[in-house]
Amino acid sequence: MTQPHPLLSTEPRVVTAGVDLFTETLRAQAVEVGPVDWRPPLDATAEHVAAVLADPRRDAANAEAVQRMLASTAELVDVRPAREVLGLQPGQFLHAGPPLTWDHASGPMRGALIGAMLFEGLAATPEAAEKALAAGTGVSLGPCHDRGAVGPMAGVVSASMWMFELRDEANNTTSWCSLNEGLGKVLRYGAYSPDVIERLRWMRDVLGPLLQTAVRRRGRIDVKAIIAQMIQMGDEGHNRNRAGTLMLLRELLPDLIDSGAPPAQVAEVVRFVSGNDHFFLNLVMPAGKLQTSAAAGIDGCSLVTTMARNGTDFGIQVSGTGSQWFTAPANTPDGLYLGSFGPDDANPDIGDSTITETMGIGGFAMAAAPAIVRFVGGTVPDALHTSQLMYEITVAENPAYAYPILDFRGAPTGIDITLVARTGILPQINTGMAGKVAGTGQVGAGLVKPPAECFVAALAELANRTPPAR
Amino acid sequence: MTRHLELRAGVYQDSVSLMQVSQAVGNVPGVRAALVAMATELNVGLLSGMGFDAPAEARPTDLLVAVHADDDGSLGQALAAVEAALAQRVAASQTGFGDAPSPRTVGAAVLRHDATLAFVSTPGQYAFADAMDALNHGVSVIVFSDNVPLHQEIRLKQAARERDLLVMGPDCGTAVVGGVGFGFANVVRPGPVGLVAASGTGAQQVMSLVSTAGVGISHCLGVGGRDLSGAVGALSTLAALDMLAADDATEVITVVSKPPAPEVAETVRTHAAGLGKPVLFALLGEGQPDLTAAARGVVEAAGGTWPQPRTWRPSTPPTPRPGYIRGSFAGGSLCDEAMIIASAALGPIHSNIPLRPDWVVDDDLRGTGHVMIDFGDDTLTQGRPHPMIDGSLRVERLLADAADPECAVVLLDVVLGHGAHPDPAAELAPAIARARAGGNGSGPAVVVGLVGTDDDPQGLDRQATALAEAGASVHLSNAAAAREAVRLAGGTP
Repeated sequence: MTQPHPLLSTEPRVVTAGVDLFTETLRAQAVEVGPVDWRPPLDATAEHVAAVLADPRRDAANAEAVQRMLASTAELVDVRPAREVLGLQPGQFLHAGPPLTWDHASGPMRGALIGAMLFEGLAATPEAAEKALAAGTGVSLGPCHDRGAVGPMAGVVSASMWMFELRDEANNTTSWCSLNEGLGKVLRYGAYSPDVIERLRWMRDVLGPLLQTAVRRRGRIDVKAIIAQMIQMGDEGHNRNRAGTLMLLRELLPDLIDSGAPPAQVAEVVRFVSGNDHFFLNLVMPAGKLQTSAAAGIDGCSLVTTMARNGTDFGIQVSGTGSQWFTAPANTPDGLYLGSFGPDDANPDIGDSTITETMGIGGFAMAAAPAIVRFVGGTVPDALHTSQLMYEITVAENPAYAYPILDFRGAPTGIDITLVARTGILPQINTGMAGKVAGTGQVGAGLVKPPAECFVAALAELANRTPPAR
Repeated sequence: MTRHLELRAGVYQDSVSLMQVSQAVGNVPGVRAALVAMATELNVGLLSGMGFDAPAEARPTDLLVAVHADDDGSLGQALAAVEAALAQRVAASQTGFGDAPSPRTVGAAVLRHDATLAFVSTPGQYAFADAMDALNHGVSVIVFSDNVPLHQEIRLKQAARERDLLVMGPDCGTAVVGGVGFGFANVVRPGPVGLVAASGTGAQQVMSLVSTAGVGISHCLGVGGRDLSGAVGALSTLAALDMLAADDATEVITVVSKPPAPEVAETVRTHAAGLGKPVLFALLGEGQPDLTAAARGVVEAAGGTWPQPRTWRPSTPPTPRPGYIRGSFAGGSLCDEAMIIASAALGPIHSNIPLRPDWVVDDDLRGTGHVMIDFGDDTLTQGRPHPMIDGSLRVERLLADAADPECAVVLLDVVLGHGAHPDPAAELAPAIARARAGGNGSGPAVVVGLVGTDDDPQGLDRQATALAEAGASVHLSNAAAAREAVRLAGGTP
């Protein structure tokens, strides 16, 4: 070695972690010092953190995961019934979050399943639906995530519901999500009254087929490009999808009009989409699923690929531990309530829409969506702080989703469970709140964090899977 | 009498800062005992000694505040002192609208500051993650933390080798990189001598003497006390040698260490021979030249002239008398060196870091005959500041030793430089004066090995003069101090 090593040939710029005294002694020597705001890691994680960091595969594994996630594309290629795309049979239901049984299902999840039974004509009354679901006869439940799909809130998908179909050509994967019903009393918030079922039928008979025709006429729509734009227009992609929805409509409108459908139906569809600011959420979510699932199943990788809730439990999946779920009881969001609803009416956290945070937007992108903070009960400085804090637990920045207010810094991408354990910082989620009694619908929106136990348990398993030290 | 105990979640401060808070609170009039500390197992254990029931729900991430006071008034003042001390730090870290929060990991800080080097002094069980984080972000790391498991040290050094980086430590007490002193560091002049040091205070002694001789230091790369063991295999020593060999400022290289494991010594010597620069070994062991002699060799190899290291004599010099030497050290290598010199003349020296296993003292650190204690040893610094920062424990020991009629000489080291106590003489001199005076005006001799340079912030001459005026013989060479102690104890140095 004849080249001088940079350590000895450059003036030191130092970061310090630990005892303040030694930061002061460096400052006394006029050295540029960046102190770490260091804290002890989450309880009982120190050894597991060390084991995972010592894994010689980790560096390359995480780099590969990041490369795949950033390369991920998301194009809307078709709109089709779940029966066709996922092979769902009557009585087969998908739901949000980690695996669940009827016994442990929360109010809104039960309400949505009841509604889906009624919608599919498998029960004549809510009581009959509930009885059949409780008995489990001719009924099966499974997580959307296990089928490459995602569903907001209860996330219940049945055979006759239509799905957006999105492709990631870079990673050669497909993901699906149901069509968004709007806000208030809707199935995904656990409502199943006749108007809810009636709306689902209209979506099946009118909305789905028309969207299919329009998408097929229009050709693929680059959803990733719309997300990139919406992030720069004040949307964060979880609770605010206003710009995204309008841009989608702009893409579809000519082909909707030109579809040959009766003008009245076209008008109904356009009125429905433009009257529902959350319509595009159901395209952001499968785009997120495509991105994060691209990172799945890499040995030694410590990045989170799924965060999802079923209304009872919060569950995560981590790349290096494959499809294994790590669950803990879900927290209840804290925020603002609609009308006369209050904290006692709220169900614990529910839905697959935390895929938006997993992909680096949603709650992570609050800085890009200052208008949302009043809706979820925060302040603008909180939003700026929160987004910047998320860089402390992520390993990459996604230039596709850039935050103008942070000087176009890319979205904090790739939640690393070792960073969560080391800093104690939990991913920030902003979310809608469902009423805890089946049939209620939405009661508010707010902020919530995952239970730390999910990350602690995943870390223990990842440590358990590290190769023995040489 | 009143007691207050609380746990605060989500508040963290480092142990040294909190010990200063505890001390400040303990000094409030009417406070019998105060503990402001993170609720680690060790600190929770201390509670029962203070007469508190340990809270079962305490977690190491909680801040523990325990105060035992004479009355409610004192307690109120004590708690106000806690708030004031804690608020000081919070105020310093507050940021404006939209400012980024402080980085929470080494990696984030490296990115934020475009850093070239990380200095890690987090508790030993966590230090691996912080150091690995530095390496993963492309910078070398100094690990000051002790109690890092051996397998983690090896993994860190393997990872550093794969990335062409350097791990200094663990338990790296001192380093000089590009003129900047890290950890406990003397202010040395720049020059041609590069050090690779497996011994913190040993390196401080060599650097100080070399610098005082007018020959400066290019870099001092600490490698940790275990680097030259068979298990670690000199991974960092070899990397540091290569770096110094390629460094334009370095002309002479010195390796300061205890004698390495034989197979490792061979590897290091072979490697050193191929570097194209002279490599001198300062090996601290029986039958080896002492550190002062090694420093002289380095000065002469660099073309300098060796001056006799200075001494400061007390106005009434003590006379030799038969008896025992009682040594209290802040530096482990300085203790080692003193024991090697003294045992050659006087036989067994009892210690907590004995030269031979059967010379070990009991856990109470008392022993018969000659005794030298390393108060900087890992086991004695858990839960309290290093004796270089806080000399109170050594002051107690000094007074106890002096009261023992069998004690002829008290031997001390005093280490100056960045990080060390801002005025050690102010702490020690009154105790030295009391010790010298003794019960009836016939206390033991006091000999001090003073490690420092003229440029150290404490003021070398001022420190030496204050110690000498209190009655100590002060030597810039720790070896010379040890020989003086042997002479005064009636031995033949």
